[in-house]
Amino acid sequence: MVIRLAGDSGDGIQLTGTEFTRAVALGGSDIATFPDIPAEIRAPAGSLAGVSGFQLQFSSQEIFTAGDAPDALVAMNPAALRTNLPDLPKGGLLIVDSGTFRKKSLAMAGYEVSPLEDGSLEDYRLVDIDISKNVQATQKGSGLSTKEIQRTRNFYALGVLFWLYGRPPETEVESIERKFGKRPAIAEGNVRSFRAGYHFGETCELFDASYRVPSAQLAPGTYRNITGNEATALGLVVASQLADQHLFYASYPITPASDVLHSLSNHRRYGLTTFQAEDEIAAVTSAIGASFGGSIGVTGTSGPGFALKQEGIGLAVMAELPLVVLNVQRAGPSTGLPTKAEQADLNQALSGRNSESPVVVLAPRTPADCFDMAIEAVRISVRHMCPVVFLSDGSLASGSEAWKLPDPETFEPIEVRYRSDPEGFMPYLRDEETLARPWAIPGTPGLEHRIGGLEKEDRTGNVSYDPLNHEHMVRMRQAKVDRVADYVPAAEVEGDDAGQLLFVGWGGTYGAIHQAVRVLRNQGHRVGHLHLRFLNPFPHGIAEILSRFERVLVPELNRGQLRDLLRARFLVDAHGLNKIQGRPFKVCEVVEAGQARLSGPSAREVSL
Amino acid sequence: MSRGAVGNGAPVLTKKDFESDQAVRWCPGCGDYAILAQLQKVMPELGIPKQNIVFISGIGCSSRFPYYMDTFGFHTIHGRAPALATGLKVSRPELSVWVVTGDGDGLSIGGNHLIHALRRNVDLKILLFNNQTYGLTKGQFSPTSTTGTRTKSSPLGTVDRPFSVLSLALGAGATFVARTIDTEIQHLQGLIREMAEHPGSAFLEIYQNCPVLNDGVWESLKDRHVKADHLLTLEDGQPLVYGKESDRILRLDTKRMRLVPGRRGEQDGLVEVAHDRSAPDPALALMLASLAMPEFPAPIGVLRAVREPTFDSLTRAQEARDREESGPGSLRELLEAGSTWTVS
Repeated sequence: MVIRLAGDSGDGIQLTGTEFTRAVALGGSDIATFPDIPAEIRAPAGSLAGVSGFQLQFSSQEIFTAGDAPDALVAMNPAALRTNLPDLPKGGLLIVDSGTFRKKSLAMAGYEVSPLEDGSLEDYRLVDIDISKNVQATQKGSGLSTKEIQRTRNFYALGVLFWLYGRPPETEVESIERKFGKRPAIAEGNVRSFRAGYHFGETCELFDASYRVPSAQLAPGTYRNITGNEATALGLVVASQLADQHLFYASYPITPASDVLHSLSNHRRYGLTTFQAEDEIAAVTSAIGASFGGSIGVTGTSGPGFALKQEGIGLAVMAELPLVVLNVQRAGPSTGLPTKAEQADLNQALSGRNSESPVVVLAPRTPADCFDMAIEAVRISVRHMCPVVFLSDGSLASGSEAWKLPDPETFEPIEVRYRSDPEGFMPYLRDEETLARPWAIPGTPGLEHRIGGLEKEDRTGNVSYDPLNHEHMVRMRQAKVDRVADYVPAAEVEGDDAGQLLFVGWGGTYGAIHQAVRVLRNQGHRVGHLHLRFLNPFPHGIAEILSRFERVLVPELNRGQLRDLLRARFLVDAHGLNKIQGRPFKVCEVVEAGQARLSGPSAREVSL
Repeated sequence: MSRGAVGNGAPVLTKKDFESDQAVRWCPGCGDYAILAQLQKVMPELGIPKQNIVFISGIGCSSRFPYYMDTFGFHTIHGRAPALATGLKVSRPELSVWVVTGDGDGLSIGGNHLIHALRRNVDLKILLFNNQTYGLTKGQFSPTSTTGTRTKSSPLGTVDRPFSVLSLALGAGATFVARTIDTEIQHLQGLIREMAEHPGSAFLEIYQNCPVLNDGVWESLKDRHVKADHLLTLEDGQPLVYGKESDRILRLDTKRMRLVPGRRGEQDGLVEVAHDRSAPDPALALMLASLAMPEFPAPIGVLRAVREPTFDSLTRAQEARDREESGPGSLRELLEAGSTWTVS
């Protein structure tokens, strides 16, 4: 069941969506959400630019995306209807607040005639409720102003949904009272509208059926709903605890990465410092300073901020210090579409710095996977003394899924080794296995030494202009990063492990590709799915997997950055499925591209 | 503030202990040599364990400094030293963190980090070598070059107006602001000691001579025959007296709120003011900072020294308080926060 809520950005759509998600999750459904937020905090009320959306898929089956097309659409004003109706399949349930369909707001949405009156909505199961009027009637004598009353419309709609999908209203009443506890009059107003909406659904005969979604067959355990940004923050806190070291998180506010800063700022008692820096460059360099001092230095940002950090990342490459850089990718270039998702910073992460400047690049594949990958990023960074770039994206960051809480007892500690022995100490004398240099932190007697961005002499770390030393050090830094592949899981293919078509993906497209592969396999095709969580270095085993499939298709929310990399690295005839609309893949898009690729000539035939 | 190893049985250190094994590569006659020597001389007297001292720099001639100090050091990237040092200091408050920068590094490419470090009152000791030129890139004008300066990149003379460096520092809210000259060795030493003692950001502008690209730019303040007439050495609680015969004075024109040069003892309605470096209000310090040569003498010494809590100590205290009030927290508690449900 896929539901989309849409309304003005001031209508409380995100809150309504989050509350409803919580309710269905508590009811035992598997969930996945995708908020679609305009960049403007308050675009003119009623305008098309100001429409905010929230899509939720919930099911008794395990699910992997927030759904392709909604089964039900709630449109809180004409602009929301106009922008979202094209996605609603014919026959879908359409709930609108007819009270907002007045001359001015219709005009703002570009309607000459109200679509409620011209028959254009005939193909949908239309339920028009004058929510605006109903809340006014409900709140009579409440003492709230008209404006305050109108702001409870979202809770009325939520009440309708609660009835429609059989959720117990009492938990929501408690939640509202908790959330608005400091303003009892507002809490009371919201509760009244919520109950009114619920009772409307119950008593009114407008709905031909109400839906009961049975509980999902999820693995036993404790679950919570989690967004990618929250999971990232929790992963960092846990990593700091596993390493038993202070974590320093520096960030400059930027959409959609700021929530990581907000979340971490609430967890400082766990021994971490958050620093809202004066700019992106200060954020990365202060994190490097913290790492130089022996802390776990982390900085977080999004695309344009990542560009600003690149010189700093280069310094960490040269100084060979741990550093984790979160890039919650968004659509670009430049300011681009700040609230929309894209995967177009892979090239920037791999080679956006001057000269030969290798870093480890990894990418979580679902919101909950952000937790595990944040821990891995810290582990690799301190073990291999190098920067690690963590490529999340806007849809992972704000999207959510049901997360089965891991058992803290099963976490593997992160080993941190500071050099303490002055005997034989040289700042760039490497560990034979990892090729990492020693982490020698200020405060350690006898280890006083200088590092910096100038080329280092092998072993001593002194400034060196020797040509052969430079080449040696360039190759050494690369070899150190390459060796990380020995420490991460080998590539693994899901679905068929050999056959006609291999999907190769990375990052937040996992859910859509996973579902698509299921569909194609059910249709009788032999299809595999390789989803890369480590992009530099590549895990072992990719070449072998590629060789077992006739065709390769790489779905990406960019123009083909991983595809090009695979072609260059493995001389494989990889094709791309590329979408650059600031929106995630729909499962059906991946399925269709897979079918087209399956019916085309195979790579082997082409090469003959 | 007690920092000390002295008296703790730690070995007594000398200047030699602070000299690294790297050959110093500044041009012969560079003012940096004198500054380096004074720091190496004063460091052993501060009572700070050597391993707790860190020198951080950006890019430029002055930024080679850390390589020559046998302490922990980090030669970072252009302009970013105050930001990197902030991360280090907040993470490791027990360290004594020194930042070495220049007029290009600190005021041009790194201006933003400098003002924010000062604004926050991070406990950093910032030495800004001002020679009014870009040395490492060979002589372009800098943000402190006087208007009309002819260089390779300004053959027709600059039209830029220079920063008033100390006004900038005061405007950013710096709690310790001082100035000296590379050749005023005793004065420089005294200020280094004071900076080390000051809890919070300590900012010292050092007029430094570049003998190759901008030689003699501070000559009127160095030439022993004339410098007394151009240098105002600030003494706390004392009137603003200067001149070879100590016969000149800056007094306040209260109608126009500005300092006016004159002769001591003149009766002309101007008000004699005593320097007050710890005044909570930076008004007098700002007046002194904005005095421009040659109409006015150049003040050297401490313009402002006030006590404010430091950013690093406040930050870490917040964390400690949070831990105290909410408990240290467990991983289970962390993961299970918010609404959870159980599937059995």
